[in-house]
Amino acid sequence: MSRKTAGRLVVPGEVIVTGNYRAGANTVKISSSVIATRTGLLRMSGNVVSVVALRGFYTPQVGDRVIGVIEDLEGNGWKVDINAPYPAFLPASEIFGRRFDPLRHNLFEKLPLGSVVYAKVRAFDRTQNTLLTLKGPGMGRIEEGILAYITPQKIPRLIGKSGSMIALVKQFTNTKLIVGENGRVVVVSRDKASEERVLAAIKKIDEEAHISGLTERVIEVLRGEA
Amino acid sequence: MKPEGLVLINNEGLRTDGRTLNDLRKTEIILGYLKHANGSVYYKQGNTKIVAAVFGPSEAHPRHLALPDRAILRVRYHMAPFSVEERKSPAPTRREVELSMVIRNALEPIVISELFPRTLIDIFIEVIQADGGTRGAGVTAAALALADAGIPLRSLVAACAAGKVDGKVVLDLNDLEDKYGEADMPVAYLPTLNKISLLQMDGKMKVEEFKEALSIAINGCMKLYQAQVGAIRNKYTLEDQG
Amino acid sequence: MSITPEKPIISKIMKDNMAKLLEENKRLDGRSLTQYRDISFATDVIQKAEGSAQVNIGHTKVLVGVKMGTGAPFPDTPNQGVLTVNAELLPLASPTFEPGPPDERAIALARYVDRSVRESEAIDLESLVVVPGKLVHIVYIDVYVLDYDGNLIDASVLAAVKALETTKFKKVIRENDQTKFSDELVPLPLKERPVSVTTAVVDNKLIVDPDLIEEQAAETLITFTFTEAQDIVAVMKNDQGFISPEQVLEALKISIEKARELANKMGWWEGG
Repeated sequence: MSRKTAGRLVVPGEVIVTGNYRAGANTVKISSSVIATRTGLLRMSGNVVSVVALRGFYTPQVGDRVIGVIEDLEGNGWKVDINAPYPAFLPASEIFGRRFDPLRHNLFEKLPLGSVVYAKVRAFDRTQNTLLTLKGPGMGRIEEGILAYITPQKIPRLIGKSGSMIALVKQFTNTKLIVGENGRVVVVSRDKASEERVLAAIKKIDEEAHISGLTERVIEVLRGEA
Repeated sequence: MKPEGLVLINNEGLRTDGRTLNDLRKTEIILGYLKHANGSVYYKQGNTKIVAAVFGPSEAHPRHLALPDRAILRVRYHMAPFSVEERKSPAPTRREVELSMVIRNALEPIVISELFPRTLIDIFIEVIQADGGTRGAGVTAAALALADAGIPLRSLVAACAAGKVDGKVVLDLNDLEDKYGEADMPVAYLPTLNKISLLQMDGKMKVEEFKEALSIAINGCMKLYQAQVGAIRNKYTLEDQG
Repeated sequence: MSITPEKPIISKIMKDNMAKLLEENKRLDGRSLTQYRDISFATDVIQKAEGSAQVNIGHTKVLVGVKMGTGAPFPDTPNQGVLTVNAELLPLASPTFEPGPPDERAIALARYVDRSVRESEAIDLESLVVVPGKLVHIVYIDVYVLDYDGNLIDASVLAAVKALETTKFKKVIRENDQTKFSDELVPLPLKERPVSVTTAVVDNKLIVDPDLIEEQAAETLITFTFTEAQDIVAVMKNDQGFISPEQVLEALKISIEKARELANKMGWWEGG
């Protein structure tokens, strides 16, 4: 059985290997074959076969930092759209503390519909909605910036190894990025030109994350040379 | 009733559009065709043109439709009023109701729906021009749209129809052949798992003809599957695009 | 729009029992894999209808009424009578049937019965023309499902054909530029008596005439309709799930034999 070269593009339903292998991310084992479930790049690690997906959507994990949009008020908190198949819930106590009193405290005033928040996933399981918390550095309401979107599976590329890509963005355009693992990014720039370049760079990462030489091409865009 | 003098297969074994008995019509695939759908495709097979889109998984509304252990699919197969010779009323016909169900049954087994309990996946298939084989093309297109949306699939599925025209078993019937031929048999096939997820036949066939038609339909599906894989690969070509 | 239906929960112990029995080619009710349940039928049960029949397969009960009407032919078939089939999954037949207009299951059932009757050319539609292009007889077949215990298709096709076979109606004739009903009752001209056979795939075994619990446990279902000369006139894989090409051919082989048995039981295809 020859080893499949890592980095190969696989399509959904494609049989990757057969035999004593384990099914990792974005794969499934049927009989003794490991099959890709999404389009992406193949990764082998020991006998674990996984696929780095190029197409996908966000599924919450405990500990994820996400950017959410308040979409509804419920008795004791807010319903938050975190761009996932399941809605999320932010308890009122996260803003008002333990002494939350629905008679005195006005949810609507504190976080009106449409407010953007930077939050963390505190709990998630598929039988109930995601629970959010605002306890964490930089968390809370986001007051300004442009909301952009990138396929969640590309977020690691946007951040870069040890934050290298975000650092490049700051270096070339002096723009602050708030990155949510749910694929949402808030871009806070000093001027329109920087903002446009950063948005173009995010788009490029989304479309070309799988093509080598990405970092150089992104730098060109950030510099305004592309 | 076949019009007097209509020849569907001439003496050289050529069909009304110049194809031989076993020829599949040419396909054209544009992935990610729509901006707002989570996954989409523009799919053309001969003169049959389809736009398919997928939304989701999202919260299932109304709540009582949600299933506790898996995602539900909501499939709409619909023909545009201008897609056919005689304008068709936009209201869903009994045929569209049946075909929506048959197509959903063909797609259910490929979606790993147990991963997303209580959610809904919407699959919309709009036939903008109908020239035969629309339910097959709908299935083939929907599979591409599901893949484009990143919905986890255990397999792709491709579909086409075989049939009997002027006494001969043929592949991929166009509209004239479907209307005036003796039998039409759509098949949806998963090449990686060797399984069929859609099979219907309408018309009159001998048992041996049925077996032959099934076999060429499966071969047709395998060719369409190659086109699907090719389209996905081409979109994500790994050459440095400089 | 078609939405994934709720699948009834079968208790695990029943599912396990079924699986164990199937390993020995046996079924919960003692039948063999290719055995039909008891079939009984009655005709002329509805005197106000021109034709009627009820077919019971096990506890499944389907009543079909045939009414004859008159009207304009379809524009593309001016020399043929009209055939139209409707089916109702009555709410009293099952806790899973809701009152309301026919849902996708009822529509799919009606369309399959229609194809079985139409493509087999069972009815001599040309003999139902009164004035070509203007006035023809219309055959209304209404399938009424009274009790759903699995395998509605076979019961419906048998009942429809039996009802057609016993239909008697007054033909409309032209006399001196006037149309009127003739006085005598004539039978509907039936050229063919098609029969359908439904097979379920359960735990990779093929079982014929699934009852309700077998249908619910099945991976999928497949139905073939045959004529006396063994032409296939309709095929439908009728559920979610997969079937392999090999299973299709195996089901076909079994169905050809069972169709003959069913036909003989109804008094058809004898001496064939």
